[in-house]
Amino acid sequence: MGQDGVPDGTAEGGGSSVTTLDVTWAQAWTRAAAQVVAEHRDELVELDRQIGDGDHGENLHRGFTAVLAKLDGLTEPPGQVGDVLKLVATTLMSTVGGAAGPLYGTAFLRAAKVTATERLDAAGVVAMLEAALEGIVVRGKASPGEKTMVDAWTPAVHAAVEAADGGAEPAAVLAAAATAAEEGAVATDPLVATKGRASYLGERSAGHRDPGAASSALLLRAAAEAAA
Amino acid sequence: MKKLINDPADVVTESVEGFGLAHPDVVHVRTDPLYVTRAGGPRTGKVGLVSGGGSGHEPLHAGFVGVGMLDAAVPGAMFTSPVPDAITPALQAADGGAGVVAIVKNYTGDVMNFELGAEIAEAEGVTVRTVLVNDDVAVEDSTWTAGRRGVAGTLCVEKIAGAAAERGDDLDAVVAVAEKVVANVRSMGVALTACTVPHAGRPSFDLADDEIEIGIGIHGEPGRHRVPMAPADAVTEQLLTPVVEDLRLGDGESVLLFVNGMGGTPLSELYVVYRHARRLLEERGVTVTRSLVGSYVTSLEMQGASVTVLRLDDELTALWDAPVRTTALHW
Repeated sequence: MGQDGVPDGTAEGGGSSVTTLDVTWAQAWTRAAAQVVAEHRDELVELDRQIGDGDHGENLHRGFTAVLAKLDGLTEPPGQVGDVLKLVATTLMSTVGGAAGPLYGTAFLRAAKVTATERLDAAGVVAMLEAALEGIVVRGKASPGEKTMVDAWTPAVHAAVEAADGGAEPAAVLAAAATAAEEGAVATDPLVATKGRASYLGERSAGHRDPGAASSALLLRAAAEAAA
Repeated sequence: MKKLINDPADVVTESVEGFGLAHPDVVHVRTDPLYVTRAGGPRTGKVGLVSGGGSGHEPLHAGFVGVGMLDAAVPGAMFTSPVPDAITPALQAADGGAGVVAIVKNYTGDVMNFELGAEIAEAEGVTVRTVLVNDDVAVEDSTWTAGRRGVAGTLCVEKIAGAAAERGDDLDAVVAVAEKVVANVRSMGVALTACTVPHAGRPSFDLADDEIEIGIGIHGEPGRHRVPMAPADAVTEQLLTPVVEDLRLGDGESVLLFVNGMGGTPLSELYVVYRHARRLLEERGVTVTRSLVGSYVTSLEMQGASVTVLRLDDELTALWDAPVRTTALHW
C-alpha cells in the first residue's frame, strides 16, 4: 500500500523493489498506526492495568483518532515526510497526556526534523528512527533495561542500522526495526521497572510486558507494513 | 460498572462544566482547552499559583482554586496528566506580572507535560518556577524508581504557598515556602478496594475481599505490598509509622495531622483512623496542633485512606491558618 516506487539504476528484480519512501508512505503509516492502536486498545489498557494505571490504550487511541481527523482535514496535501510526522507529533502532544503524550510527541517531532524531504532512502529511515529514539531518551531520561519504550526503540535502531549497512531497502529496514522492537518488548517481561509508573511496584513489575514498549512495537510494525 | 455518567469520553468536561456552573462566585471554567481560573482573574503583582494533574482526584485541584490558594488548575483526562496545550494558557492566565509557581505532583507524565507547558509559557514571557511534591513514603527507594510520588501532601503545599502568595511574598519567597512544606510533609495510603476508571469499565487492579494494598498512589496504581485486612488501629499504625520515621519526628514537635479519604470511605471511618493516629503521635511526644479530616485527594470511588503529617513551625502554622476561600477548603 501507499508507497511510491522509484526504481533506480541499481535496483534489481524490477518493479517490486522500492528504494525510497515518500509522503504517501508517511500518511499510510499514520493511518496504519491509528488502526493498529484502535485494534489493540484493550490489550494496551490491560497491560497498563497490570503495572500502571490502565490508561495507555485509551490515551493513544484518543491521540491517533485526533491525528486521523487532522490528516483528513488537511486542505493541502503535505509535501514532505516530515510534514506528516510533525502533524502526528503536535497532535499527540496536545491530545494524549500522561507520559506517552510528551514521549511520542517528542519522538515524532525529532523524527520530523530529520525528514524534511520528499523521499527517504534507507539511510534516511535510519536517521528518522535514531532521531525518534533520541527524543524519547531526552524527554524520559530512561536508559535501556529500565522497562520502558526505550527497550523497544533501542534494538529497533540497532537492527535498522545493521539492515541498512547490509544494503537493505527502506521497507526491509523498517521490517527489521519492527521485528527487533517486538523482541525488545517481549524482553521487557522479566525486567523490574526503574522508570515510569511501573517502578512503584518494585519487584512486582517483573512478569509483565511494558505497555510503552508494546505500543512502540505496534507503531513500528505499522511503519513496516505501510512500506511493504 | 454503575456510574452516573453519560459518554465516558465526556465525564471530565461535563463534570468541570457543572463545577463552574455551581460556583461562579469562586471559579471560572474555560473549555477547549480545559482549565479553571479564579473568578476575577489574577491579581496584579501577586505571584500566581497553578496546579493540575489527572482528573479523578476531586476536589484536588480545581476545588482548591480561589482566594488564599490556587489561581488556576488544569484537569487532565481521568488519571492522565493534562497536556501542554492546556497547561500553558493556565500559566498565562494565572500571571499577575509577578511570576507563576507550578505545583506538580511527582508523576512521570505530570512532570513531562508541565515541563513542556512551562517552556512554552516562558517563551511567551511568563516567568515560571516549578515545585515538585513528593510526599509519598511508600516509595522506598527513589534511586530505582521515578522517585516518590506526590499525593495528599499536595493539599498542604497548595494551601500554604497560596497563603504566602496572597500576603504578597515574591516569587522566590513563595517557592521557598512551598519547598519548605515539601521537605516537611509525608504521606502513606491504603486501598481497601480498587477503583474503576469510566473508560476502562473495570477495576484498576485486582484485590481479594480479605486483602488490602498498603502504599497506593492516587492514580489507582497498585502499591508496594498486600497484607490481610486488619482492624483500623492496626492499619493506621502501618500508615503512620513510616511517615513519622521518615520525618524523624521527635519529642516536643508540633504537626498538622491530615487523614484523607480516597473517595469511597465514609467520614466516620476516617475519624476512627484519625483517633488512633493522634494517639500514636502523642505517645511519641508529638503534639497535633492542626487537623484536617475528609476526602480531599481521592481516587474516584476507591475505599481507603491516607495519613499525612506536616511538621509545623510558627510560620507554617500562620500560613495554614490564613483565610482561604475555595469550594473545598474554606475558613
